[in-house]
Amino acid sequence: MIDIRRRLLLLAALGSSLAALAVPSPLAAEETKLPVVATFSILGDFVERVGGDRVTVKTLVGPNGDAHVYEPTPADAKALAAAKVVFVNGIGFEGWMARLAKASGTRAPIVTATAGLTPREIADDDHDEAPAKGGKGHDHDKAAKAKGHEGHDHGGLDPHAWQSAANAKVYVANIRDGLVAADPAGKSVYEANAAKYLGELETLEAEVKAAVAAVPAERRRVITSHDAFGYFAAAYGIEFVAPQGISTEAEVTAKAVAKLIRQIKTEKITAVFVENMTDRRLIDRVAKETGVMPGGELFADALSPKGGPAPTYVDMVRHNVTLLTRAMIGS
Amino acid sequence: MIDMLHAALIAPFAEFEFMRRALVGAVALALAGAPIGVFLMLRRMSLTGDAMAHAILPGAAIGYLLSGLSLTAMTLGGLVAGLTVAIGAGALARVSVLKEDTTLAAFYLMSLALGVTIVSMRGSNVDLLHVLFGTVLALDDQALMLIAGIATLTLVTLAVILRPLTVESVDPVFLASVSRAGAPVHLVFMGLVVLNLVGGFHALGTLLAVGLMMLPAAAARLWVEDVTALLAVAAGFGAVSATTGLLLSYHHGLPAGPAIILTAGGVYLASLVFGRRGVVAARLRRPHLEA
Repeated sequence: MIDIRRRLLLLAALGSSLAALAVPSPLAAEETKLPVVATFSILGDFVERVGGDRVTVKTLVGPNGDAHVYEPTPADAKALAAAKVVFVNGIGFEGWMARLAKASGTRAPIVTATAGLTPREIADDDHDEAPAKGGKGHDHDKAAKAKGHEGHDHGGLDPHAWQSAANAKVYVANIRDGLVAADPAGKSVYEANAAKYLGELETLEAEVKAAVAAVPAERRRVITSHDAFGYFAAAYGIEFVAPQGISTEAEVTAKAVAKLIRQIKTEKITAVFVENMTDRRLIDRVAKETGVMPGGELFADALSPKGGPAPTYVDMVRHNVTLLTRAMIGS
Repeated sequence: MIDMLHAALIAPFAEFEFMRRALVGAVALALAGAPIGVFLMLRRMSLTGDAMAHAILPGAAIGYLLSGLSLTAMTLGGLVAGLTVAIGAGALARVSVLKEDTTLAAFYLMSLALGVTIVSMRGSNVDLLHVLFGTVLALDDQALMLIAGIATLTLVTLAVILRPLTVESVDPVFLASVSRAGAPVHLVFMGLVVLNLVGGFHALGTLLAVGLMMLPAAAARLWVEDVTALLAVAAGFGAVSATTGLLLSYHHGLPAGPAIILTAGGVYLASLVFGRRGVVAARLRRPHLEA
C-alpha cells in the first residue's frame, strides 16, 4: 500500500517536471537579451534608454529606495552573478557594492558611470561663517569617507552627480561604451539609442536653464531635507540649504534645527522642500515655524514608481524644476 | 547672572516653538512613563518595556505600509500588535508550563522577526526605522495631542487601579486571597505599558520611550521606599531629565533623544552613588549598624 503511494507520488513528481520542461519557457526569449545590473533606479533608467530592447536591466535599489542605507539581498548577488555588465555610480555612492560584487563572484566588468567627471568637493564650511553656500554639516567628510568605494579614496566628494543634465550626458556616454564593449554586435543600436537620448538631455538642460533664469537671482534660495543637489546648484545657480548632513543617517540636533530656523528668518529663504525618502515631519515643522510654505516633494536619489510624478530621469528633472521655480517665484 | 541663566534656560524655549513642543511632549511622556516604570520595576519586569517596544514594530510597519505616514494607522497597528503579544504571552503563561518571561520572549522575538520581514518585503528600501520612529524635535499637533491624551489616560487609570496594582505588585498571593482583581488589573496595566510605548515611540523613538520609563524609576528607588513617594520622585526625575536633555541638545549640538536618556542615566548613576539608599549611604551606615 505504502509502496503504491510512493510510486504514485514519484510519478506525479516526474510528470510535473516533464510538463515544466515541455512548456516553452518565457525565459527563452529573455535569454537572447544581455542581462545587465544597475545599482539604483536613476542609473537603471539611463541603461534602459541606451540598451533599449537588447538588454534586460535589473535595478538593485528600486524606486523610492535609499542607496545610502541599502542592504543587499541574496537575490541581488544572484542578479550580479548572472549579469554581463554591472553599472555603478561611483564616487563612493554605493559603499556596499565592492563587498556585494566579491560575494556574488561575478565576472562581469563593473562600469563606473561617472568615470571622466570631475567630482564636486563637499566644502566643509560652517553655517555661521558662510551660511549662504548651501547647507553643509560638519560631518559630511566623515560620512562620505566612511563609504570607501572599490579601493579608491573619494574623501569628501559628492556622489550625486546625475543632478545636472550635463553630467547625465557623461553617464550616457559611459554606459554606451560599457554596453558596446560587452556586446559588440549591438554597437550600432547602442550608438543610435545613446545619440537620440543625448539629444533629449540637451533639450532638457536648455529647458532647465530657461526656467531658472525666469526666477530673480535673489529668490533662488531654498531648503531641502537632504543635501543631494550640489551639482544641480552649481550648474543652474540655485542655493540649497540642508538641516541634515549629506547622509540620511545622521540624527538631528536641537542646535542644528534652531540654526536653520534663524537662518531662514534672517536670510529670507523662499521655499522648503522634502525629498522622497527623508522624514518629512522635521521639514514640515521648520516650515510651519518660519511661515515658509513647504514646496512639495523633490526627487534626489531615486525615481518614483511607474505612474508617480518622476518615473524616468527626464521626468524627474522636469518635476524638480517645476516645483522649485514655482515655489521660488510663488510666495 | 540673571541674563546668563535666562539665555541658558529660558531663551531657547521662548525663541523657538519646536523647543516648546519638544518640552511639552517629553515632559508629558516622562510624567506618564515614570509611574509605569515604577510598577514594572516593582513587578520585576524591568526588561518587559524593551521587549514590548520591539513587539510593536510589525503592527506599526503594517500601518505604515497600508496608509503611509499616518499617525492613526501606525498607532492602531502598534496597539494591536503590542496588546496581542502582551495578552498572548500572559494567557499562554497561565495554560502552559512556561513562565511569563519565557512566553513574552518567544512572542516578541517572533513579532520582531515578522516586523523586519514586512519592512523588507516592501521592494523599496526606505529607511523605515527613521520613518517609524519620529524625533522629539518634529512634534506636530497630532503627535502632541496623542502624547498628552495617553499621559492623561495613563494617570487617571493608574489612580483608579493604584490600590490593587500596588498590592498585586508587592504581594500577589495576598491580593488573590482577598479579591479577584489580580488578573484584570494585570491586563489593564499591560495595556497601559503598550499605550505609553506606542505613543512614545511614534513621537520620540523607542530608546526615548523605554528610557524615560525605566531610568527615573530606578533612580527614584535609590532615594525613597514608599510607593506614593516613588511615583512622585520618578515623575520628577523624568521631567527634569527631559528638560535638561533638550537644553543639552540645544546648547551643545547633541542628538535630542539620546541626550535626554543620557541625562536620565546620569541622574540614575548619581543616585546610585549619593542616594539615600545608594552606595555611599550604605557604607556610612554599616559601622553604625554593626555597633
